[in-house]
Parts: sequence; structure tokens; C-alpha cells
Amino acid sequence: MTETLQSRRVPLAHPERQLALLDDLPGDADFEAALARAGWSSLTPAPLEIFQINLGKLCNMTCRHCHVDAGPDRTDAMMSRQTIEACLSALDRTTAHTVDLTGGAPEIHPHFKYVVDEAVKRGKHVIDRCNLSVLLMQRNAGLAEWLGERGVEIVASLPHYRKRNTDAQRGDGAFDKSIEALRLLNAAGYGKGDPRRMLSLMMNPAGAFLAPSQGSIEKEWHTALARDFGITFDRLLALNNMPISRFLEWLVESGNLQSYMERLTSGFNPNAIAGLMCRNTISISWDGRLFDCDFNQMLDLDALPESPMTVHDFDFERWQARRVVTRRHCFGCTAGAGSSCGGATA
Amino acid sequence: MADHYYAPEHLKGFATIAEGSPELAKKFFDYYGAVFAPGALTEREKALIALAVAHTVQCPYCIDAYTTESLQKGADLEQMTEAVHVACAIRGGASLVHGMQMKGHAEKAGM
Repeated sequence: MTETLQSRRVPLAHPERQLALLDDLPGDADFEAALARAGWSSLTPAPLEIFQINLGKLCNMTCRHCHVDAGPDRTDAMMSRQTIEACLSALDRTTAHTVDLTGGAPEIHPHFKYVVDEAVKRGKHVIDRCNLSVLLMQRNAGLAEWLGERGVEIVASLPHYRKRNTDAQRGDGAFDKSIEALRLLNAAGYGKGDPRRMLSLMMNPAGAFLAPSQGSIEKEWHTALARDFGITFDRLLALNNMPISRFLEWLVESGNLQSYMERLTSGFNPNAIAGLMCRNTISISWDGRLFDCDFNQMLDLDALPESPMTVHDFDFERWQARRVVTRRHCFGCTAGAGSSCGGATA
Repeated sequence: MADHYYAPEHLKGFATIAEGSPELAKKFFDYYGAVFAPGALTEREKALIALAVAHTVQCPYCIDAYTTESLQKGADLEQMTEAVHVACAIRGGASLVHGMQMKGHAEKAGM
């Protein structure tokens, strides 16, 4: 049974300890230098497309690889209604076409439905990053239909279409619950080719290796889930595991940290740079701070516009004029086929 | 000189084998890269074949390399174990089918 780093009060609960651990690894792993060799003297923003709100770290699950250190005990980190209003006001000042709701489990935030409704009212495409099992909670009965009526895309985590790897990463019983929730989503019209009921599955490796190319495995996933469980979905996204938080702890404990970082750095793919999510995304934390991505958010690497700002005093022009903050963990997004909340980038 | 066989760092340093003969190494690695590029077979299928062959030739470097490669091409433990069983079956079957040689010889020599 996994428990959050914070509840165990271990040193790695602190982002600065995570960063120091990565920085102290031997080897040539300077991300800025790798960018420069690929012709990027600095990582500059692309037009803003994704407005990602992390509603908080509260989650009904405690997965071994979680980069958020989310869990049932994380009631300490929940976005207030006031910050939500500030997010919506900031959203209105951007060019973002998509509102991406993440957590924790965003669905258990008390104002989740309010945020969805407000974003839909503004004509935005809304993504719910869903752990699947949350849909089985009694309080969420009917939520799949409710989301479908609003055209919300569900991006659901599923490490593998077989039980072993999913349970290894997300806990015993997670796979069976995921299948039950996927059936529920199918019954609500999700995953059947309807653009207003898009069901995307997000897989990530159950271990210290890179994600496969999503295009090469998507057909197999469709076939296997339909054959074994009668489940359909619309598209498959593949994400590399980021060497931070609880996955970092697992890498250390399993003796895989050094070789995994070497795998990420040697797998550096210059073609993945242009599509990096830090370039077209704004990531907002539960307490209203601004980040280049959800990973930087978890490492307390605040975005660095010319002068500091939060969502409460958001200025779009200054945001777009910033330089993206990078450290060694960024090799996780440029390795192999590239990796982002939207899947491969190369 | 190493004080033991099969040092793990050999795999990472494999490219330095070119120092003794750059031309031959280039020919080999170019060929090797072309073999594993997607073709009539997918990269995953090639990685699983390589994994099975690695067990047959009992190369620890290749087993490490193609375990990782198979995983990164989306194979899982069940598929990789089946691939190793294919190698095992062919290897065992190869021994057993040679029994036909034995049998024929015994039948010829016997009454």
C-alpha cells in the first residue's frame, strides 16, 4: 500500500531535495546545453493553447508513480473558490482554446462542476484528467453522463490493457475498477467516435523505461480492450514517467535512478522540442501560482516572467514574453517520441 | 584488463569497438540499424525476435538490451516470456529432433 511522501514525512517530500538528487547525479545532463546543441538558444513560448488548472492534490488513489504526491490525505492543497474565480478571469485574457483540469482527482474538488460549467460557457474545450476509479464513488454517480452532456473530453489514466502492469503501478484492484469505469463511460456514449464524448486513454510505462511510440501500439490497445472487455475508446496517448516525487522515490529504492536518467538523456530527441507542452500551456497550482508545466509546479519551479505574478494579477503579454524554466527532469519530455499531457510531441 | 567477464559497462561502450576497425564497425552498425528499422515486421516484432535469439545465444548484453527495447516498444512481461519460451521450445526441440538421428542410427545398428 503506497502512502504519500508528505504523510511519511520523508526528505523527498520536499521539491528542493528532489532537484538536488537529480543535480547531483554524475554524467552530462545539462538540459539547456542539449537545447542549444539542437539550435534552441532559449526555450520560448509558442501561442498559448492550454489553460491547465490543478485543482488540488486530493485523490482517492495513491499510485506509486504519482508526480503530484497526491492521495486521500492531501486536503492541505485544494484550490479556493476565490482562486478559481481568478483563474476564470485570467482565462478570459488569454488565447487558450482548452481548459485542462487536473489534480489529484479533479472530480472530487467541491467546485469541479462549477469550473467545468464556466469553461464550457466560455466556449472552451474542456479536458478532465480522470483516474477512472473516481467515477465509481457514490458521490459521482451520473458524473459520466453529466460530463458527456457538456462535451467534456476525458483523458483517463490506464498504464496497460492487462491487469499486472496496471495494478503494479496503481495498486491492487485498480485495473478491475478501471475496466468497470470504462464500461460506464462507454455506456454514457464516451469512446465511440463522438467528438463531444471523446475518451482518450493515457498510458505510461510501469517501470524505468521509455513509453512506446503511441502510434505503434494504439491498434493493439483497441483490439485487446474490445476483445477482452468489450471496451472502446477514441485515442491512445503515451507519456514518459517523470523522475520526480513518488516515481523518483521508486527509482532510488529500486536502484534504477542513474540508468533511467541516462536513458532519458541519451534518448534526447530534438524533434520533440517544438511541441513541448511548456511552450503552449500555462499551469496553475491550487494556490494560484503560475508554472510552465505541471511537473515544474510539483518541483516548486515557478515560472519566471520579467516580474513576478500570480493568477490574481495575471498579465498575458508578460506571460508570453517569459523564458521557460528548465532543469534536468526536463529530459523526461524530450526522450524518445517526446512526452506531454497531450501524448507524444515528436 | 577486466577481472571478470561480462562487465555491464561494456554494453554502453559498445560503439568503441570501432577503434580497432572503423570501416568494419561502420558497415556492421549501419547494417544493424537497417535490420531493426521498421519494415515488413514492426519494431516490436523485431525486438521480441532479438530477445528470443538473445536467450538462445545466451548473450547477457543482448538480454538486457532487448528486454529494455521490447518494453519500450510496448511489449509486456507476458509477451516477452512467451518469446523466451519460443526460443526455449526451438532449442529443446532442436535437441529432441536430433533424436531422430540417434534413432535411425540405433535402428540401423540394431537387430
